Amino acid sequence: MAFMHIRRAISFLLLSMLALPAAAVAQETPGDSADEPERAHPLFDEGKLLATGGVSQVEGAAGGGLSTWAVIGGYGTDDGIGVTVHETFIGLRSFSLNSVGVAAGLYDRVELSYVHQTFNTGNTGAALGLGKNFKFDEDVYSAKLRLFGTLVYDQSTWVPQTAAGLQYRVNDRPDILHAVGAKDADGVDFYVAATKLFLSESVLAATTLRFTRANQFGILGFGSAAHDGYQPEFEGSLAYLVSKRFAVGAEYRTKPSNLGFSEQNVYDLFAAYFLNKHASVTLAYVDLGTIETRQDQNGVFASLQLGI
Amino acid sequence: MSRRIRQIAALAAVIAFLGFAAPARAQSALYDDLGGKDGTAAIVGGMVDNALADDRIKAVFDNINIPRLKGLLAEQFCTLVGGPCNYHRRSMKDTHAGLDLHEADFNALIEDLEAAMDARDIPWATQVKLLAILAPIEHDVVKQ
Repeated sequence: MAFMHIRRAISFLLLSMLALPAAAVAQETPGDSADEPERAHPLFDEGKLLATGGVSQVEGAAGGGLSTWAVIGGYGTDDGIGVTVHETFIGLRSFSLNSVGVAAGLYDRVELSYVHQTFNTGNTGAALGLGKNFKFDEDVYSAKLRLFGTLVYDQSTWVPQTAAGLQYRVNDRPDILHAVGAKDADGVDFYVAATKLFLSESVLAATTLRFTRANQFGILGFGSAAHDGYQPEFEGSLAYLVSKRFAVGAEYRTKPSNLGFSEQNVYDLFAAYFLNKHASVTLAYVDLGTIETRQDQNGVFASLQLGI
Repeated sequence: MSRRIRQIAALAAVIAFLGFAAPARAQSALYDDLGGKDGTAAIVGGMVDNALADDRIKAVFDNINIPRLKGLLAEQFCTLVGGPCNYHRRSMKDTHAGLDLHEADFNALIEDLEAAMDARDIPWATQVKLLAILAPIEHDVVKQ
């Protein structure tokens, strides 16, 4: 029952955010100078600098590959909107995860995203009696609000761009998740993210504090009979901009360990190439540790993002 | 006695070097990396030429004396990167008041500047040092 309320609250939040553009348009007043030619400011203004919208992280928010950044996704400035779509494939020794998602950045203030994920249990599915390559599906709905700070322009202060967000995940097979020991098939994460660009050094540093009950990012549900409370977890990214279109870096993310097997912290080493403001490709080596009872789940992360 | 004076003089020289010479050198290093007086002027000139051909922002430069603008900007950039120039003019806020500039316009000019620096083979590691100095100006020129 509680989740129905949360779901309703999120729907309301998303709808109110979508109403913002209409309010902003209504407030605009016509220019009063006659001699100045009116310059058009397109709604999809693609006005941010290359790469400053980040890429799509695994849960659909703008960020690195695994970690969430405080940036608002896409290339819309504070006068515009940017929309991105992405597909991400994570191939591990025993499992794979495929994600397809969409995100909208509104006025460099609000980011709304949706991701549909398919988790393939591979050989483990057969071992669990589910059948080889047994798959289950998940939906992740997220909202992020930029609180203060600007990534690029605050170069003379230490203030990072800072955002708060929430993320709701629902899984379509509660029976499977209950069988592996999860208490719930859906749940909400809350986070605060701070991202700082040290432009003169070509370095970006991002940290996020996430409050979560998730098992393996929520792919294996939320909580367990023994451990069900929210826990603070850390996400960190360090990226080096080799050029304006090429970044390399590393990420680290801690996770709760609610289920019987011991869940580990994860990291990746990534390279992202920004072809232009409409396309970027991210490749990474990921090490997700033990998933279910399968150890050393490392492998490849590949993501393509397209946007306007 | 004279030995002691020599020691003190040497110490003073070291302090003076650390205190004055090092930062001065560090500041003008960027000026040198951008190509000094001629290089800075050429980068600024290239940026303005790119902006005049940039459909997103060329209208901003209507009714502006372009040679004079290039001269003023060259002087300003030279000052900002620690070169031997002394730009003291009206504030950025005042000069951009009423121009209806948006963040996208500022970034368009930054992209025109990057293209001008690319054309002169300025390495990215040098470009970002100039961009980091210019970035905070966004707060002064946008929506004034």
